[in-house]
Amino acid sequence: MSLLEEIKAKIKEELPGLDCVIGWKQGFDPLHATPHFMRTEQDVDQLIINPLCVQNLATYLPGMKERKVGVLVRGCDSRSVVELLQENLIKRENVVIFGLTCNGAVDLAKVKNEIGFLGRVNQVSFEQGYMQVKTPQQDYRMELKDMLLPRCQTNPYSSPVLFDHFFGQPEDASACGQGGSANLERLENMGLEERFDYWQYHLDRCIRCYACRNACPMCVCRDHCIADTRDPHWLTQETDVQQKWMFQLIHAMHLAGRCTECGECERACPMDIPILSLRQKLNREIKELFAYQAGVDPKAVPPLLTFKVEEANINERGW
Amino acid sequence: MAAKTYLTHEDIAKWLEDMSAGARVLAPARVDNAVLFVPFDQHNELVLEHKATAPPKQAVFPQTETLLKYRYSKDPEHPETQSLEIREALPQDKTVVFGCRPCGARGFVIYDRVFDSDTLTDPYYKARRENTAFITLACDTAENTCFCHWVGSHPADPEGSDIVLCPVEGGYVAESVTKRGQELLDQAPGRAATSKQEEEASSIQDRVRKDLGEAPDISSVPASLLQLFDNLDFWNDVSAKCISCGACTYLCPTCYCFNITDEASGLTGKRIRTWDNCMSYLFTLEGSGHNPRMTKAHRLRNRVGHKFSYYPELHEGLFACCGCGRCIQHCPVAVDIREIILRAKESADEQSISA
Repeated sequence: MSLLEEIKAKIKEELPGLDCVIGWKQGFDPLHATPHFMRTEQDVDQLIINPLCVQNLATYLPGMKERKVGVLVRGCDSRSVVELLQENLIKRENVVIFGLTCNGAVDLAKVKNEIGFLGRVNQVSFEQGYMQVKTPQQDYRMELKDMLLPRCQTNPYSSPVLFDHFFGQPEDASACGQGGSANLERLENMGLEERFDYWQYHLDRCIRCYACRNACPMCVCRDHCIADTRDPHWLTQETDVQQKWMFQLIHAMHLAGRCTECGECERACPMDIPILSLRQKLNREIKELFAYQAGVDPKAVPPLLTFKVEEANINERGW
Repeated sequence: MAAKTYLTHEDIAKWLEDMSAGARVLAPARVDNAVLFVPFDQHNELVLEHKATAPPKQAVFPQTETLLKYRYSKDPEHPETQSLEIREALPQDKTVVFGCRPCGARGFVIYDRVFDSDTLTDPYYKARRENTAFITLACDTAENTCFCHWVGSHPADPEGSDIVLCPVEGGYVAESVTKRGQELLDQAPGRAATSKQEEEASSIQDRVRKDLGEAPDISSVPASLLQLFDNLDFWNDVSAKCISCGACTYLCPTCYCFNITDEASGLTGKRIRTWDNCMSYLFTLEGSGHNPRMTKAHRLRNRVGHKFSYYPELHEGLFACCGCGRCIQHCPVAVDIREIILRAKESADEQSISA
């Protein structure tokens, strides 16, 4: 039995006790997968698992309320589930975790850079570390490792950190955590003015659609976000860079020490704005201050959800 | 009908430069990884091979627009009274949109029935609309998400455009659609198109139409959607993966909902109109705290229903969708509105049979 068939069989076995199992199926064209809420055996037959299954399905869990659901996660996605558990935003008994190994998930923005335009893709295939894309004009062949999402580079957990069922061999996942964040490094090496210009340039095209916020598994205020509310009036309705930037900073601050760096914010952005680096920066600060990483240990208390009178790395009174 | 004109790529560059002298010319150019309509600059390479990331909606309907500015002042002689000075800010600028697709220009035909009708005229919209010309590029490729032919349009549709350009070898065959278009085209450094060029243009159009495939008959969809209005199981199912963001509405050439807010600072302020989106919880949140569209299922039902049922019911069957497919292409979770309306059509049929 192939791995996919094994997974499908397990889902079918669990399905009677669950409201649904969240996985992926083929989307509107060969390049796009789409989240798939499986309720029947026929639904399970449509399940696909490949590098185009890019969405972090943990995003849907807080919205499930009291319903018991199953969810398919890779190493990186599992950290979001763990962080949600750590913050009591979901209940462990309400979620059945189907853990997967992963050979990397494709960053369509990188594919777009490579082939120029994503609107006319006829066929996509993966073979021995290569991604092949066919358009009516041309066939493209790219090394898969060059086409991966930022999270594939930064997340060191190749296997799910928490699961009920696990499929595959842990060593299958060779793509994970092979490097740091190139974009964050680039930004850190910029002077203040250059960095200011960078954000002015990029945020100018933000359309305030809040796909970044809504795709984020840790963004749980959802319908009550301070970016929208008129009372208090933190942000105006205008679409100038000031408002957009302010929102990005609020989002990054709210995610400090909570963000699992799944990169859904950046992936979801229809304007391809490189906003993940802001979250990564704050996470680095938290790691340095509290020696803490989000979504790794279900028992750990996130540092900003508690306090100590004397923090080891914060020198408040020592002068 | 006026004779068709042939313009080389060099002619187009010269024409754009000439037009820039007297108007704001917006043309699609690369901004990092996105393609957006930005003021024409000869040093900025145009991207005309495919549809822009965002439609040219901002040209006529900016995301933020100041409707008026106001100032409160007090008279020291009568401190109990306060006077209010209001300055209206009607847009005056002339704009030429170059290189949009027929779907992008046609979006405003759907706007017109709302913002400039017999019973109501929006002066801000009307001023911009009258001052904006559309030089449209007929499509030479059918994208995976294109479905203009489902909603009564086609890849060379002149509706809403002033000039339509068809790509041919070495340049474009241009045809004016309106008087304003003819005036603009008269200024262009072109020459009469040969019959061979005209044939080439029409053969490209035929090919693209063929590439789009057969359109399903969606004429019964308005009724189907009404029939499914109270079927929340259906809407929960089709909206399960929706994350309720505004990417679809803000990239839509036909979504026109807006919000009006007074942004005040001390005694001065401005009244702004900004895009709003029905995917947001706040869109229908009432002052009492009650929200008639509590869940994303209610909200997605509204988006689909408005485009494919309520609007066509008011406007002689015209769908409030131009089929550009941006809502599909740019959705973070690949929600496909085509799939939803086809499922609605099917489900309503089943519901009728079982009833």
